[in-house]
Amino acid sequence: MSAIVAEDLRKHFGAFVAVNGVSLHVEEGENFALLGPNGAGKSTFIRMLTTLITPTSGTAKVGGHDIRSEADAVRRTIGVVPQPVTSDPKLTAAENLDFYAKLYSVARSQRQKLVPELLERIGLFDWRDKLVGTFSIGMRRRLEIARCLVHGPSIIFLDEPTTGLDPASRISMWEMMSRVKSERTVTLFLTTHNMEEADELCDRIAIFDHGTIVAEGTPPELKSQLPSSEVIEVRFDSPPQGFLESVLGLAAVDGVDEEDGLLRVHSRDRSRALSAIVDEARLRGVGISTMSVREGTLEDVFIHFTGRATRDETGKIKMDVRLVER
Amino acid sequence: MLAASLLLPLLQLLIIGYAFGGKIQGVPVALVDLDRGPEAVRLREKFHAVEANARTFRVLSEESLDEALRLTREGVVGATIVIPEDYSRRVTQGNRPKLGLVLDNTDPFVVTTLTQKMAELLDAANRPEIEPRYLSRVSLEVVEIFPYVEYIQYLLPGIITLATFFCVLIGGGILYIDDKVRGIHEAYLVSPISKLQLLLGMHVAGVLKGAFAGSVVTFVGVLLAGVGDVLTFSTIVLIFGFTLLVSSSFVSLISLLMVRVDDPVVPRVVIGFLNTLLFFPSGAVYPTSSFPNWLQWIAKFDPFTYSVDGFRAVLLKRVGFTAILDDILILAAITIVCFSGVLLLFQRKL
Repeated sequence: MSAIVAEDLRKHFGAFVAVNGVSLHVEEGENFALLGPNGAGKSTFIRMLTTLITPTSGTAKVGGHDIRSEADAVRRTIGVVPQPVTSDPKLTAAENLDFYAKLYSVARSQRQKLVPELLERIGLFDWRDKLVGTFSIGMRRRLEIARCLVHGPSIIFLDEPTTGLDPASRISMWEMMSRVKSERTVTLFLTTHNMEEADELCDRIAIFDHGTIVAEGTPPELKSQLPSSEVIEVRFDSPPQGFLESVLGLAAVDGVDEEDGLLRVHSRDRSRALSAIVDEARLRGVGISTMSVREGTLEDVFIHFTGRATRDETGKIKMDVRLVER
Repeated sequence: MLAASLLLPLLQLLIIGYAFGGKIQGVPVALVDLDRGPEAVRLREKFHAVEANARTFRVLSEESLDEALRLTREGVVGATIVIPEDYSRRVTQGNRPKLGLVLDNTDPFVVTTLTQKMAELLDAANRPEIEPRYLSRVSLEVVEIFPYVEYIQYLLPGIITLATFFCVLIGGGILYIDDKVRGIHEAYLVSPISKLQLLLGMHVAGVLKGAFAGSVVTFVGVLLAGVGDVLTFSTIVLIFGFTLLVSSSFVSLISLLMVRVDDPVVPRVVIGFLNTLLFFPSGAVYPTSSFPNWLQWIAKFDPFTYSVDGFRAVLLKRVGFTAILDDILILAAITIVCFSGVLLLFQRKL
């Protein structure tokens, strides 16, 4: 049975189309990621599924309930960790959980047992009586994950849950989510712009850009859609102007992108491409400082399908993408 | 913002400018004619002349002296003029005729104006067309119905109202905007809490905070103003209940004004406007009877007016529940109308 079904879901804000006719199915117990850059429309999409925004057109069912006509039933079925940090800074960790458990009508006797138990599981038991305003973002995110579990939801929505976290906190969050999954059968629907996160946590990924899904599949399926399974990374010593174009013009090269002087070369014929690049450099008198071959990643997949890179944690564009398929 | 910063001082100029020092007019005054003789008729004609020309007071004829005094005590009328039984006889006999003026002295401005106007009226009445053979000058016997009211006591109901209002502003009506700014609302909007539950929860939170502030300022204020003896058990219960209602009307009103607002700058601007627009026209610092018509209309729709009137009645006139029933009903109506509006306009969505 499908946990989430969306059919031609659209959202317009005036003339701006945020989500443009998205259809998808997420099976029960599946971990599904919507992967896309900031501004792609992921949050708008997740907000429609979680009843926070009314779609302009299209239909969707979450847990078998229609998001328009059965919004209340949808809300009882889901747990949500929204993109903004939403734990109340003026309450303690325990009060935050207790308050939300009350919103879900969890009985007092059950709450008294559940709240310390959840705090223990997220490693915040010793902080239970501290004001959340004094917590780090990572601690607040952990608390919010615990909060979305207070009523035992069968579907959990996480909207960019690790944004703003340091690498250690991010890994700790991933471990926590994996633990939640291992303890009970839940469907995880995640939006992220972090390829590693999607790769680490999800069974299936949809690449989302400009309000539509441009590719969908398991991580291996998506990687298999790259022109080459491997990427050649090469850095030249002071390449002259136009050198990138001449590499792109080499017969064995399918595409090139560049970031801070590092060239990523895609080729179906790795050996021919390697020798062609070395020959071209020798011919033009350009030195090679580093050269390596690596497996294609989801980042490469993303660039392949969208023609641009995701943003990094600070929101800066990571690379100016130049990928040309031949 | 620029428009608001230009408009606010102009609004203050208009409202504060017209709220202070105007000529007091239209004060309802009960007239009890126990004499009904020819001289009493002459005097009543003079009262009606004042009503028609200077318009200082509106004369309401009252048959029963007890009823007139009750209306005065409860602030329904500003004073009772009593024409005693033997008035006409004493005038014709030149036997020191007297008029009684029983004043609701909780409003010193009204007291001064009424006393002055009555003195002028009697001066005119006493001026003889031909020199009389006997002395028939009518004198005025003034009775103040309550102990002397100092200005600090007069101001106290307005300050209690203002304290409740400010606490409601911070902790009540703009609570949702605050949550929106912090992003917290997204978390509870995805919970199954209904729109009514959510709004009632925020309403009650604001009401309790406002009522707490109002109660604290009341209890400290009465001590500072020297009327601490008003605090009997029944008055305390009445004050607390009334403060809850005042707070509730304020939360509803502000929630209605802010129900569709997302920008956190807007409440800051609105606070400035509301403070001027609600406080000064309420009669908290000067009687509403001195206001021009347009300002009196603002006062009629201003919940501060009924709060000030209610607190003044309980704290200074020391009257009970029935005397402030009108204020209670109007504040309850404001609460119901505004809260219904909030319920209608609130969007349980982002």
